[in-house]
Amino acid sequence: MTQPTSLLRHQVARSALLRQRPGQVIAAVVLSMIVLAAIVPGLFTDGLPYEADPLATLQPPSLTHPFGTDANGRDVFTRVVYGARHSLLAGLGAVALAVTVGTLLGLIAGLGGRIADEIIMRLVDVTMSLPNLLLAMLVLTLAGPGALNSIYAIAIYIAPGYARLVRVQTMVIRRSEYVQAATALGLRRARVVLAHIVPNAFVPLLVLATIEVGTALVAAASLSFLGLGARPPAPEWGAMLAAGRDYFSVAWWTAVFPGLAITFTVLAITVVGGALQRRLEGLDGPEGGN
Amino acid sequence: MRSRRAAIGGRLLVRLATSVMVLWGAVTVSFCALHLTPGSVEDALVGTTIVTPEVRAQIAVDYGLDRPLLVQYGAYLGRVVSGDLGYSYQRHESVVSAIGAGIGPSLQLAGAGMALALVVATVSALTTAGRARWIRGLASGAELVGTSVPMFWVGILLLTVFSFQLGWMPAVGGDGLTGLVLPAISMAIPVGALLSQVMREGLERVLQQPFALTARARGMSDGGVRLRHALRHALLPVITLAGWLFGMLLGAMVVTEKVFSRPGLGVLMLDAVHGKDLPVVMGVVLVSATVYVVVNTGLDLIYPVIDPRLREAT
Repeated sequence: MTQPTSLLRHQVARSALLRQRPGQVIAAVVLSMIVLAAIVPGLFTDGLPYEADPLATLQPPSLTHPFGTDANGRDVFTRVVYGARHSLLAGLGAVALAVTVGTLLGLIAGLGGRIADEIIMRLVDVTMSLPNLLLAMLVLTLAGPGALNSIYAIAIYIAPGYARLVRVQTMVIRRSEYVQAATALGLRRARVVLAHIVPNAFVPLLVLATIEVGTALVAAASLSFLGLGARPPAPEWGAMLAAGRDYFSVAWWTAVFPGLAITFTVLAITVVGGALQRRLEGLDGPEGGN
Repeated sequence: MRSRRAAIGGRLLVRLATSVMVLWGAVTVSFCALHLTPGSVEDALVGTTIVTPEVRAQIAVDYGLDRPLLVQYGAYLGRVVSGDLGYSYQRHESVVSAIGAGIGPSLQLAGAGMALALVVATVSALTTAGRARWIRGLASGAELVGTSVPMFWVGILLLTVFSFQLGWMPAVGGDGLTGLVLPAISMAIPVGALLSQVMREGLERVLQQPFALTARARGMSDGGVRLRHALRHALLPVITLAGWLFGMLLGAMVVTEKVFSRPGLGVLMLDAVHGKDLPVVMGVVLVSATVYVVVNTGLDLIYPVIDPRLREAT
């Protein structure tokens, strides 16, 4: 008996969500489509991103080419669809790397001795006092430009923030009663860290990371646009804008669509991430619990 | 009174010491970068430029490359402190003079962009805070879009529409005011959207405070309450954000100068990265770190002056 009613309640809650927060629902749908395009681009287009038709260069949007074609006669829509993988991977990769490194540093600073704490936190201070993009460019001067290096460069400036956050969380949790109880019960230190401190410090961090994927994605696209990330033949959104630079005056569609793709992706990530954050903080009101 | 002054003095000292530490760290990082780059230090310094063996020998003497690393480090620190940021073999000029030439146009752009962003954010926050649901929804939607669009794409769009399609603005460079309009707008959109978000939230909090109600009860008009009482509270969080904004503006400068083909620090940095001109890259990074630290320290010290409530707290 309880099964149908709870199912009903679930459905009611879901339609209420659609009515009260249409933005969140649309953002979730858009984000799922983009993720799907990144995993199986063939679902959205029959073409291939490097397939060029020399007879159809710089064609305006039409039924056969919904986003037009570029200077080499490649279909812009196909390239935008295939670009989702590049951009999402760049954003996710940079954030995942930053979260991993930042968490490790934060844990060491928060749980290790005073000296480790001092060294790590001063390093964090220095990196955080360098403007983000300039720090990334410094790293790319040393490591050389490229798609993978640009991901490292972005991760380097994101990581210190997480190190700071994890350190504070660790120190708070370490003094909390349940950790003290666990220690008093005789649990080993490593077990306390892994079973109690890491999970509790991690949830707020993960939500923050969701939103950060959007900013990292824009940073990666910006670096590609500046010629320091993914290189032009690749269907990366920033690189497409860099390659189309000379044709914007005659072919507006080469300028508009890759940028729209970036904007929609970031918007969707921000809205979904924001909703997650509010839910976590319990600010979503009583109906947010469902 | 005396002990409070002593407390402020102590705080000032601690703050200054931290800033110096951070800058020392930045110089150390750049020294390490120089030595950790694959290849010799001479290679790292000349980048992709081809130089004669005499020049290489001169570099070795200048940097004391035959001496122990610690001595080299000391000499490097000394040079940076005395304001010598090295020589760019690609540009055939000292890093200081290259930065000096770029700083003017960049400050102009950043100043114009920031001023525009502040004006737009203040107006939008003042007019939309605490209004009907749909107005607030519209404003926060616009802010969300503004903070999500990549800045370089905003620049490209403005260029495509106003320079290429309509022909109202010069497409390349352009001196004076007309050349500054589009770059400033493209910089102001993301920054202004963010500021407007912060200010509107601040205003809405303040407008619910008892003193705002009291002002209304005295018969003050709605606009008067917003301008005379609420605005100054809403501006406070903006000042806290200023340091962060500065970093954002520097990044914005690089892409905006590139999109609009303007001269400045951003393009100087970008060319240096492409040419592996390490002295210029490190020079720009060090100068901006210094300005960043000075700005942040200054703000920290000024904050209690602007907000008297903080004086009691410290």
